[in-house]
Amino acid sequence: MDLLSILSNSLRGAFGPEAAIYALAAVGLNLHFGYTGLLNFGQVGFMLVGAYGTAVPVVAWGLPLWVGILIGIACAIALALLLGVPTLRLRGDYLAIATIAAAEVLRYIYRSEWAEPLTGGVFGITQFANDFYDFNPFSGPFVVGPFNFSANALWVMTVGWGGTLLACGLVALLIHSPWGRVLRSVREDEQAARSLGKNIFSYKMQSLILGGVLGALAGSLMAINTQALTPDVFMPILTFYLWTIMILGGASRIMGPVLGAIVFWFLLTFLDSLLRQAIGTGVIPSGWLESSDVGAIRFAFVGLGLMLLMMFRPAGLLGKQKELRLDVR
Amino acid sequence: MRARVTSLFAALLLTVMLVPGAAAVGASHSPSTTAATVAVPSQGDSAETTTEPEEAAESLRGSIRGPDRQPIPGLTVTVTQDGTEVGTATTDDRGQWEVPLPGPGTYSASLDPAELPEGVAPRTEGGETVTGVIVRPGANQGVIFQLAASGEGDDGSAPVASGPSFVDRFLQLTVEGIKFGAIIAITAVGLSLVFGTTRLINFAHGEFVTFGAVMAFFLSVSPLNLPLIVAAVLAMVLTALLAGVLDLAVWRPMRRQSAGLIQQFIVAIGLALVIRHVLLVFFGSRRRGYDQYNVQQALDFGLFRITPRDIAVTLVAFAIMGLVAFMLQRTRIGKAMRAVNDNEDLASASGINVERVVLMVWVLGGALAGLGGVMLGLTQTVFTDMGFQLLLLMFAAVILGGLGSAYGAMIGALVIGLIAQYSTLWFPSSLQNMWALLVMILVLLFRPQGILGRRERVG
Repeated sequence: MDLLSILSNSLRGAFGPEAAIYALAAVGLNLHFGYTGLLNFGQVGFMLVGAYGTAVPVVAWGLPLWVGILIGIACAIALALLLGVPTLRLRGDYLAIATIAAAEVLRYIYRSEWAEPLTGGVFGITQFANDFYDFNPFSGPFVVGPFNFSANALWVMTVGWGGTLLACGLVALLIHSPWGRVLRSVREDEQAARSLGKNIFSYKMQSLILGGVLGALAGSLMAINTQALTPDVFMPILTFYLWTIMILGGASRIMGPVLGAIVFWFLLTFLDSLLRQAIGTGVIPSGWLESSDVGAIRFAFVGLGLMLLMMFRPAGLLGKQKELRLDVR
Repeated sequence: MRARVTSLFAALLLTVMLVPGAAAVGASHSPSTTAATVAVPSQGDSAETTTEPEEAAESLRGSIRGPDRQPIPGLTVTVTQDGTEVGTATTDDRGQWEVPLPGPGTYSASLDPAELPEGVAPRTEGGETVTGVIVRPGANQGVIFQLAASGEGDDGSAPVASGPSFVDRFLQLTVEGIKFGAIIAITAVGLSLVFGTTRLINFAHGEFVTFGAVMAFFLSVSPLNLPLIVAAVLAMVLTALLAGVLDLAVWRPMRRQSAGLIQQFIVAIGLALVIRHVLLVFFGSRRRGYDQYNVQQALDFGLFRITPRDIAVTLVAFAIMGLVAFMLQRTRIGKAMRAVNDNEDLASASGINVERVVLMVWVLGGALAGLGGVMLGLTQTVFTDMGFQLLLLMFAAVILGGLGSAYGAMIGALVIGLIAQYSTLWFPSSLQNMWALLVMILVLLFRPQGILGRRERVG
C-alpha cells in the first residue's frame, strides 16, 4: 500500500479538469436551488444540450468551435424557457420530478435513431474540439510535487477553473444586487415577494436560464475535455453528483460549489485509489471484491455521503444552518 | 394486520394455482437490442483517467462489445498509419484492447470481420475500419467500432410496418400494455400510499423493485435452487422487511426531528444510490434472466399471442390490485391508511396510531414493489438499473392518477403501460419510455392534480 501515491492521486483528482467542470455546473445549480429555491433535478439536461450544441455544429456542419459553444448556450436558454413555462408554477417536489423526467426525455431523444445523423445516436461523436487545443498556450506537461498534468489537461483546467471563478464572481455580484435580493425573497417566501408586486415567475425563469447556461458551459467543457460524446454520459446520476457537491460545500454560499467539488473529487479519487491498491496488493482478498466493483462502491459511498450530509449537516461545510430553510413551499 | 397477512397469503395461493399453465417450452422471448460497441472514456471512467498515472506515450484503445452488450474477447485490432502497420492488439476478456503509438498523429484502426462471432457484423459497410483518428500529444484516444447483429444493418431503425396488420399489432400491443401497466400498477401503489401518508416522494422505491428481483434471482440459483414461486414470495418478504427497517431506522427519526420534505427527498435519493450500487457489486452489471419459465411457447388466441407466463403475471398482478383495494376499503388497517392519507391530524386525534400505520404502508409498499420486481424480471430481464427505469414510469403513473391516491396510481399505471406500448406502433421502441414521461409533463401542465387527485395547490 503506497499511501503517498494514493494521496497524490487524490490531490490530482481534486483539482483536475473533472472537478472544474462539476464545480461550474454546481455553481449554476446553486443559483437554482441555493438562491431561488428551485428543486432542479435536471441540471444534467442543460449539460447535455450544452455539450451537443458545442459538438454537433463542428462535426455536422463544419462550423468553428466557438460558434458551437454559442449554439450550446442558445440551446440551454431555449431549454430553460421550454422547461420553465410549464413547470415553474409547480410546487417544489413536482418540479423535481418534472425536471428529472425532462432531462431523461432529452437523453432518449439525443440517443434515438432519429437524431443519429446529427448526434451519432448511441455511438456518439468524437474529435470536434481540436480548435480548442490549437489555442493551448502550454507546451509541455506540468509536474510539481504530486501534480502531474499533461499540457492539454492543464489547458482545460485553466479554462475550467477560470470560468468557475468568473461565474462565482458574477453570481456574487448578482446576489448582492437588488435583483438577487428579490431572488432570495422568492426562496424565503413566495407570497411575500408576490405581495410586494414582484413577478416571481419571471424571476424564477431568469434564475433558471442563468443557471442553465452555466450548466451548458460546463457541458461544453466536458465534451471538449473528453473529445468524445455519447448521450449515456448524461444519466440522472450526474445531477445527483452535482447536488452532493453543492450540499457538501454549502448551498447558497458563493464558494460552496467550488469547495464542494474539490472535496468531493478528493474523497472520490481517494476512495478509488485506496480500494484499487488494497485489491491490487491483496489487502482485500480478490474473492471479496474485484477492481471492476470499485466504481459501484464509489457510487454507493456518494449516496451514503449525500444521506448523512442531509440528515446531520444539511448546510454543508460553509453553510449557515439558518440561511437555508429546506422546506417545501 | 391479520387481514393483510391473509391477503398476502391469498395472493400466494393464487400464484401457485396459476403455475401449471406455465410449463410449455418453445420459442424464446428476448427483446432484441440495437447494437453497441463502447469507446472510452465513458461515464464513471472519468475518475479513472485522472487516477491512472499520466503516461507520456500515446495510445489507441477501446472496448468492443457485441449488440447484446457482451464483450467480445479474442479479436485482433490492427492500427495503421498511412498504410504502414503500427501495431496490433487482441481484446481481453472484457473486450478491451490498447495499442501503444509512436507519437501523435492520424491513425486508422481496423478489425477482422471474419473473427467476429456468428451473427455480428459491422453496422455499416466498411465499418470494420475506423480511419482518420486524430491523436493529441499524451492522449489515450478511444476508438469506436460500431457492431450490429447482422441483418439489422444500417436502416434497421424504425419498426417495419409490414408483416402483421395494424389491427393485429394494435391488439397485441394492448395485451402487452396491460401486462406492463399491471406491473407498474402494483409497484406504484406503494409509492402513492407512502406519499399520501408521509408526503415523502420516495425516490428509493425503484430500488425496492430491483431488490426484489435480485433477491429472487439469488434464491432461485445455486446453492439454494428454490423454485421461482417460492423465491418470489421470499423476495417479497425480504423487500417488505427492508422497507420496514428503513422506515424505523431512517424515516421515523427524520419525521421525529420534523425534517423538511426537501431534506427527506434528498436523503431518499442518497438511499437509492446506496441500495442500487450495493446490489450492483453483488449482482454485476450484466442483464440476467431467471432460469425458470424463461423459454415458453406463446399461446395463439387468434387476436393476439401471449405466453402462459405472461398470462400468470398479468392475472396475479390484477388479483393483487383487487386484494389491495379490498384491504383499503374493508379492513381496519386499510381504513386507517386511508384516514391518515386524508388527514393525519384528524386520524391521530381519533385514536389511530399514525406511526404504526405509516410502518404498515412501508411494509405493504415494499412487498408489492418486491413482487413487481420479480414480475418485471420474469417478463424482461434482471439488471440493476431496472428499478430506476421503472421508477420514472411509476412517477408518471402516480402523477397521472393523482399523487396520494392508490386507485389513481392503478389507473395511471395502466394508461402509462398502454401509452408506452402503443407508441411503438409509430415510433422506435427505444423511445417508448420517453412518451410516457412526456405525457406526465403534459399532465403536470394541464391537470397537475391528476385524474383522481384531490384539488389542492400544487403551484
